[in-house]
Amino acid sequence: MVTMLSLPFVAVVILVCMSLAAMLFKRNMIKIVMAVHVMGSAVNLFLISLGYREGGVAPIFTNSPGGVMVLPAPQALTLTSIVINIAVVALMLSFAVSLYRRYGTMDTRKMRLKG
Amino acid sequence: MMEHAPALVIAFPLFAAFASHLIGRLGSRIRDIWVFASLLLTWLFAVFLNLEVMQRGTYAYTLGADISSLASPAGFPVRIVLVIDGMSALIAFMAVSVTLASFIYSRRFMERVSGGGESADRYCSLVLLFLAGMLGMGLTGDFFTLFVFLEMTSISSASLVAFFRKGSSFEAAFKYMIISAINALFLLFGIGMIYSQYGLLNMAAIANEMVLNFSFLDKVALSLIVSAILLKLGSVPVHMWKVDVYQKVPSSVAVMCITSSLVGIYVLSRILFSVFFSMSALTGWMIVCLGSLSIIVGVSMALPQKDLKRMIAYASIAEIGYVMLGIGTGLAGMSSTFGTVALSGGVFHIINDALDLGLMFLIAGAVFYATGKTGISKLGGIAHRSASLSVLFIIGMLAVSGIPPFNGFVSKLIMYESVFCLNPVLSVIGILGSILMLSVFVKVFASVFLGSPYKGKFREIPLSMTAVMWIFALLIILLGLFPGLALDGLVSPAVEALLGHGIYMGVII
Repeated sequence: MVTMLSLPFVAVVILVCMSLAAMLFKRNMIKIVMAVHVMGSAVNLFLISLGYREGGVAPIFTNSPGGVMVLPAPQALTLTSIVINIAVVALMLSFAVSLYRRYGTMDTRKMRLKG
Repeated sequence: MMEHAPALVIAFPLFAAFASHLIGRLGSRIRDIWVFASLLLTWLFAVFLNLEVMQRGTYAYTLGADISSLASPAGFPVRIVLVIDGMSALIAFMAVSVTLASFIYSRRFMERVSGGGESADRYCSLVLLFLAGMLGMGLTGDFFTLFVFLEMTSISSASLVAFFRKGSSFEAAFKYMIISAINALFLLFGIGMIYSQYGLLNMAAIANEMVLNFSFLDKVALSLIVSAILLKLGSVPVHMWKVDVYQKVPSSVAVMCITSSLVGIYVLSRILFSVFFSMSALTGWMIVCLGSLSIIVGVSMALPQKDLKRMIAYASIAEIGYVMLGIGTGLAGMSSTFGTVALSGGVFHIINDALDLGLMFLIAGAVFYATGKTGISKLGGIAHRSASLSVLFIIGMLAVSGIPPFNGFVSKLIMYESVFCLNPVLSVIGILGSILMLSVFVKVFASVFLGSPYKGKFREIPLSMTAVMWIFALLIILLGLFPGLALDGLVSPAVEALLGHGIYMGVII
């Protein structure tokens, strides 16, 4: 049974599968980095949808209007993981740029460690 | 001051890492003194943690709480909790000691290979960040902090892999970064699944909940988390990144990379022993199978290698396999005597691996320092130029392949005997692996050290590098002759800590 609330989880699974496939089969370094970022976003989406409660308000107790609140912990986790993800992607892109300068190509098939 | 040692041991290298860049402006000598002093202080904190654990037993440290030993004021843990027990204190001590040795070794080594200056500043701060990540992974008591520190080690070690700024080192770094991005995200995905059911992130509290209701989703999360950590430590089906990384990274950092693999083993065993202990029979067999595969593949792939560091990297895959064999048997036979014995063999082998493979990598680095080469066929007759290097290589070679007077023999013998009770085939694989390992290293010894004297330019190896290598060698001999020292003092508290999941949960709940 697919309700509106389970839609994000379906999207998460599709995004993770897509990015894994891209990492395995794509030869272009930029596309691989994009796949890593998409996977990171998928996991962030997963965390955020875990914490969502239908009709919930922001989890701030002061002057709260009452009623259901969304969970605070997944939001904190997602914030941390976004920052980490950006660091990873930036580092990978800088490697890709340096590799492009050395070899003049983005194709991973044309560069291979020997041995 | 001292009651905050668990937090300080992580915070201090983190602070020193960023400060070393600023202090580097004052001059390279001051920066070296600063880095050395901060490593020494961190080492003292780690020693203190070990002494404290011996006195108090397992204890928790809550970050930011008024009473640091009170982990869950409202019945469940709300803050980040560090758990210090025999095993995590041992791992922290090992990580700091190896980093300290590697730093002393690297001073002259990096001067020669990178030319000092700005890049030496970068090197120091990356090494310190790497250390802080490893310590965090070792001491943390909750899953999310584990993820953060895992990413910290990945990012800093990937930057160190690319340190030489050659095309091939960027390739290795890119490959390593893809692998570590995948493993960190898998880990986070698994953590999210667990969080969705229990609303908790603390390992001990989750273990406490899982005793009552263990669901199918937990199994999915377990498989995600275990595959993530296997990627991190480079066991067989996912070992391909490891050889590239070890070949390209500076030798002094390769020693630390080995230690970070061993920290990965610790994290694996912590999760399997303390959180998912109800699945121990199944996971134990899985780890045992992967471990024996690692032994076979690692040793047989080491044989045809043409590069010294690449060959040692394959040998390190096999050695990780031995540790997994011991720990897996400990899981599969959790309540039996042979399981406990195998586990203590595995834990002892963690220490021995860091020493033996560390020594081999340091020797490879020294050969590179002296000649500027690592290709096996390009070298030859080094023994005529440096006798002490060849004696060190013989010690390391015999210790790695488990020959009697050295430490590798003790831990491997413990494992052969106990693994036999689980399945005789496993000890056959273990012994065969050791014999093949000896043949690999003898072949390399013959072609690198023996033969007509080395003709090319041979730089004198500085005292600091030789001294560090001899310290490793002396520890290898010491632990080989008096294994009781390590087995009673370090290994048995660690084994008790891993097996006592009740105590682990009791500290938090």
